[in-house]
Amino acid sequence: MKVLVPVKRVVDYNVKIRVKADNSGVELANVKMSMNPFDEIAVEEAVRLKEAGKADEVIAVSVGPAQAQDVLRTALAMGADRAILITVDGTTEPLTVAKLLKGVATEEEAGLVILGKQAIDDDANQTGQMLSALLGWSQGTFASEVELGDGSAKVTREVDGGLQAIEIKLPAVVTADLRLNEPRYASLPNIMKAKKKPLDQKTPADYGVTVENRLNVLRVEEPAQREAGIKVASPAELIEKLKNEAGVI
Amino acid sequence: MAILLFAEHDNATLSDQTAKALTAASQIGGDVDILIAGKDASAAADAAAKLAGVRKVILAESDALTERLAEASAALIVSLAGDYDTILAPATTTGKNVLPRVAALLDVMQVSEVIEVVSADTFKRPIYAGNAIEVVQATDATKVLTVRTAGFAAAGEGGSATVSSVDAPSEGSDLSSFVQNILSESERPELTSAKIIVSGGRALGSNEKFNEVITPLADKLGAAVGASRAAVDAGYAANDLQVGQTGKVVAPDLYIACGISGAIQHLAGMKDSKIIVAINTDGDAPIFQVADYGIVGDLFEIVPELERQL
Repeated sequence: MKVLVPVKRVVDYNVKIRVKADNSGVELANVKMSMNPFDEIAVEEAVRLKEAGKADEVIAVSVGPAQAQDVLRTALAMGADRAILITVDGTTEPLTVAKLLKGVATEEEAGLVILGKQAIDDDANQTGQMLSALLGWSQGTFASEVELGDGSAKVTREVDGGLQAIEIKLPAVVTADLRLNEPRYASLPNIMKAKKKPLDQKTPADYGVTVENRLNVLRVEEPAQREAGIKVASPAELIEKLKNEAGVI
Repeated sequence: MAILLFAEHDNATLSDQTAKALTAASQIGGDVDILIAGKDASAAADAAAKLAGVRKVILAESDALTERLAEASAALIVSLAGDYDTILAPATTTGKNVLPRVAALLDVMQVSEVIEVVSADTFKRPIYAGNAIEVVQATDATKVLTVRTAGFAAAGEGGSATVSSVDAPSEGSDLSSFVQNILSESERPELTSAKIIVSGGRALGSNEKFNEVITPLADKLGAAVGASRAAVDAGYAANDLQVGQTGKVVAPDLYIACGISGAIQHLAGMKDSKIIVAINTDGDAPIFQVADYGIVGDLFEIVPELERQL
């Protein structure tokens, strides 16, 4: 079975982002970019499936600018076998990405797609569910455990009240939550090897998809800032303030 | 204008997240219908019918909808979508699971985690873990939205809408099946609807200390218990207690952060709380920049003392 792992190039999670002065977006010039952390977890899960003999090939795919090759090389260094870059400049919305991924999943006859539950830039949390819908497949979102069976998979999901176990038919789309695994660091020999692994370049036209945005971003604002309050000296003073000043207890 | 609200419930009871999402729907404007998808869910439907400002309640029941798994739920919503301009749900794990599937089937882009309704087609939503707010206009004929309920007050009661049943389509129901819920058993209020939350961080040091220090104060206050991602990752608290951008987003009247430094991703999950209290040994910790009241000191002394004096 082939496993497809879509990965996104995003602002590194350690970077404190700044809103542009003209409110047109977030400053991306000269900012460190990395693989979306949830997608790293997805790559790790796919590579583990291959190591356990449950997957034959792991294919990493990214939709983005030419520089997205870097995150694909990272995926290859972690253990993916080959990569596909669909080059698109500018912002691509989850719906467009899902349409492109559908093209790849169909062409490659993938049996499983694993991707992060959300990207830490737009925080949309949509692509996996949309891809599953477009393919007419089942979905196991926010996964903290995946057990592949014969023709189906048992997925444990992180839900509001705790955990939920479901059985999904294969082929399926699984989205990775934080606790699915701890991704490995690529070793230097593997980083060198990754440079020789195949990376195909494609365009949206190769999949018959037109890139169009359905949401107009009117502006991007700073969030409302909270004012720092006061320091109190003792629990007694705190209780007095909470009772008489704030009125919350 | 008509709006379909996909309700959060557990068949027996209606979640107050539904009432909060109803407020967002009312701000968009138009007739609001509530969809209860479930099994033996008439109690939840009756509760929805009592909410103020509801035109009608649509009840769809089948085995496949018992736990509102994505495939069957999305097929149901799509079968009803023709009558609505806007389809929305609270941004719970269920809403976030189902609605993007609906959006893709309708070929529209979803607007995720709406925190403010600007107009019927324009919404504010957080990006980059709440470090920026995006104002977006949806151009599709049908708007599909999830609503971050922390920013909306719950709609009141006083309505008397009718409940009408519809047949659930069978599509999608063979794709997935429910195995079991492993839910945290607790007498405490739910994190997302609690008035007071006592939250613990990595400074607690162990699962035993977490329970020993945080639980009595929470019990005294009738509060829900929360935790930072660091505390959850270290195994001090269960993952469903995690407050933050990747956990739950909460907005209680009082949030007491004990031994939490205040990482950006944690602040994104609780900075809309009415009053924030921080207890931390490091007086320069970022948590104090958002706290209304702070105590610099050892939480192992202060928290039990607070509990005794309350």
